[in-house]
Amino acid sequence: MSDSTAIAHGTAEAHHEHPPYQRHHFETIAQQNDATNFAMWLFLLTEIMFFGGLFTAYLIYRNWYYPAFVQGSHQLQIGWGTANTAVLITSSFTMAMGVWSAEMRKKGALVLCLVLTFTLGLVFLGIKTIEYSEKIEKHHVPGFHYSVQSFVDPASDPEVYNEYHDKPLALDMARHTELYFFLYFAMTGMHALHMIIGIAILGFMIFRARAGAYTTGHVTFVENFGLYWHFVDIVWIFLFPLLYLINRHPLAH
Amino acid sequence: MSDTIVTLPDQSTARIPKMNYLTKENGLLSWLLTGDHKRIAILYLISISFFFFVGGSLAGLIRLELLTPQSDLMATDTYNKVFSMHGIIMVFFFLVPSVPATIGNFIIPMMIGAKDLALPKVNLLSWYLYVAAGILALYTMASGGVDTGWTFTTPLSTHYVNTHVLTTGMAVFIAGFSSIFTGLNFIVTIHKMRAPGMTWFRLPLFVWAHYAASILMVLGTPVLAIAIVLMALERTVGIGVFDPTKGGDPLLFQHLFWFYSHPAVYIMILPGMGVISEVISTFSRKRVFGYTAVAFSSVAIAVFGFFVWAHHMFIMGISNYAVLIFSLLTMLVAVPSAIKIFNWAFTLYKGSITFETPMLYAFGFMGLFTIGGMTGVFLGASGTDIHLTETYFIVAHFHFVMVGGMLMAFLSGIHFWWPKMTGRMYPEKISQLAAVVTFIGFNLTFFPQFILGTLGMPRRYASYPPEFQILNVFSTAGASVLGVGYLLPVLYLTWSLKYGEIAGNNPWQATGLEWQVQSPPLTENFPEIPIVDHEAYDYEWLERQKEKEVASVG
Amino acid sequence: MAHDIPHEQHFHDPANVTNPEHAEHHIVLPLEYSFVFGTLLLCTALTVFAATRDLGVFNPIVALAIACFKGVIVILFFMHVKYQSNLIKMTVGAGFFTFLVLITMTLSDYISRAWGLW
Ligand SMILES: [Cu+2]
Repeated sequence: MSDSTAIAHGTAEAHHEHPPYQRHHFETIAQQNDATNFAMWLFLLTEIMFFGGLFTAYLIYRNWYYPAFVQGSHQLQIGWGTANTAVLITSSFTMAMGVWSAEMRKKGALVLCLVLTFTLGLVFLGIKTIEYSEKIEKHHVPGFHYSVQSFVDPASDPEVYNEYHDKPLALDMARHTELYFFLYFAMTGMHALHMIIGIAILGFMIFRARAGAYTTGHVTFVENFGLYWHFVDIVWIFLFPLLYLINRHPLAH
Repeated sequence: MSDTIVTLPDQSTARIPKMNYLTKENGLLSWLLTGDHKRIAILYLISISFFFFVGGSLAGLIRLELLTPQSDLMATDTYNKVFSMHGIIMVFFFLVPSVPATIGNFIIPMMIGAKDLALPKVNLLSWYLYVAAGILALYTMASGGVDTGWTFTTPLSTHYVNTHVLTTGMAVFIAGFSSIFTGLNFIVTIHKMRAPGMTWFRLPLFVWAHYAASILMVLGTPVLAIAIVLMALERTVGIGVFDPTKGGDPLLFQHLFWFYSHPAVYIMILPGMGVISEVISTFSRKRVFGYTAVAFSSVAIAVFGFFVWAHHMFIMGISNYAVLIFSLLTMLVAVPSAIKIFNWAFTLYKGSITFETPMLYAFGFMGLFTIGGMTGVFLGASGTDIHLTETYFIVAHFHFVMVGGMLMAFLSGIHFWWPKMTGRMYPEKISQLAAVVTFIGFNLTFFPQFILGTLGMPRRYASYPPEFQILNVFSTAGASVLGVGYLLPVLYLTWSLKYGEIAGNNPWQATGLEWQVQSPPLTENFPEIPIVDHEAYDYEWLERQKEKEVASVG
Repeated sequence: MAHDIPHEQHFHDPANVTNPEHAEHHIVLPLEYSFVFGTLLLCTALTVFAATRDLGVFNPIVALAIACFKGVIVILFFMHVKYQSNLIKMTVGAGFFTFLVLITMTLSDYISRAWGLW
């Protein structure tokens, strides 16, 4: 807190006692906690709306180009996707346990939980990197090098073909897989960006937690970060079925 | 009925209080690192005034070019850049932050009896984001500008133009986050920082209006952000999402853009309406008629505001059924705006009206906003919209709302709270003159444009058929008058910083909590947190307070 | 403000704040977190399984229903909303409401475009 917002104390100095983490313009610590918690929720609302634009785009193009979206999604490995979902859910659980440890003032447990969350976050990004590099190899990254080979001639891509026996798409429809992959990269990329930011903050928090910063009864920071982390988890909970599970049983026709 | 309600302290003995938020600390750093909402408001006031005059100069260039039918002052593509930058700067760097970031920032914590906004650092961050965005916008302008119009219309912005779309987009993106943080801060503050006894229905309507506008900032602006990100990606890597050749739909950009930019109109106008509520009540010495209705009409405007955006897209090829629905919903949003206008009119009825400058501007607002709003009905109705859209009728319509409405409200508010911000009065006579000049200049500038639009003069062209010249000359002449009207306040308000009369705590005899403390206020606003035991606009309470004071002094 | 309570008592006095929206801090227990965690993993397995069956139009509906359920329990328990004030509950609701407005109103155009002209 910069001094300029501090109060001109005058004679009130003697009556001016509060925990060091209470900002001067709040009357009680409960007021401060409520305010920051509420602010965090409002920030998450902006995040919902930010992703909302992408979800809208997704829904429109999925309706328009359903076959392209189905075959595009077959290029994603359901194993990696499921594993990553599990990793992220687990990290959400460890984060929630971290909040509990902070509330119970268990420093060791808090540090452990934060380190686990941090590690699981990295594992998620690691798996994402594997998936991305696979797309790069197959020229499925939208842009100048995009290739529709796997969709106009599915048999040329035996790994996927043996599992789903996709019919070749007309060139016109096949080209719309590029939109699918754009949305895939935009949505998972935006999600990964949030993960990276979260992991960076987690790293910072681990240091602070080891110094005992969050186990003195003031848990708002851990709690609010937890909200952010869970929100990122929720985004993935929706991305997973929308991107990976569009239609996983072999097409009936 | 007296001529004025202004009561100033005895000028021979009155002094500006030695301890106040301005004198608390000195030096540039004490300003640049401040967390004080009042200082941040002043920083914002200086920056947005600067951008107002940048945008205003561009408007001057536009009017000068349109003085003659040929494009002779500048090349046609230069003209495109000038009107685009005029729109971008005026919308994102002046209108959106205008009242909230300056007057709102300064007054809201004081109105609700708080020491500061809930998140002072976020408040400062918001200003820095604004400045960063502003510098980026200026850099863009210096290095060639952008010519897409302020709407960044796809596929023009993504496929056809070779100007600085990306940097301008980035500037708007950053400015958007500045606005999000302001709105977020207001919502938290209004919920969590109210003084004891300050219930929701005791809040001044200014606070209600800002609350509603803040909701729009928090929920709408992120959609603009994602629209700009997608547009930038489309332009750089060709992602296809707005590209018909790849199966994308350029209209999707319009949907996302207007999902924000229609509510943005209310982000701009709602805080202005809040100013008008305060001013009308103070200068007619009456509680605002139908307080609850006015309060809820702000919220209703905010909610309805999210359901009407496609009225900007009637001729773009959206489905006829969507046109029908959005047209209908657009008519509905007129209702809460009308509630406000009628309630202000009823507030005036049998009030003890005085005509100080803020009140003159407020009258200007009521008249011009009504015209602006009513012409909006023509545009909301899809049939007339097909004829009128993309003509000067649109230009006149939104300038009546934004300039005639919002700018009048902004000036009204600046004059109204100037004594509180600086401790000194502005000179009354010349400012009344400025208000009248502004009103005349405004009408001369923009009323002819309604006629031009109805006659079919399209917007966004540097040249026009010669038969339209006479009305354009009127318009340009009006713009010059308007320019004088806007320059005057800068001069005499600056003058008043040193030579203005000492205002005292409450020159207007207004009821808001901010008027019950010294001007300029202390850094922590209140020497002691007030306990609120009266409704908003309770002038009898004010009288009783004064009697008590006299009794205790005597 | 002219009232006669002495100056000193006003600094950081809990009585100086009206906060009807305050909810007491509730500590969610590890057991509750563990149940939620288990449910989330089960739901993940379920949604993958459901995707491999041919349910016709119900495939996306089932997938989204499961995702919504997962999202809701994360919000209620991991994010403590179940134990939060009504203000927070309404805030979350408002967020999803606006999100749905964006999606449904936009789609209302896209869906009805194919219906053709009058
Ligand atoms: Cu609109």
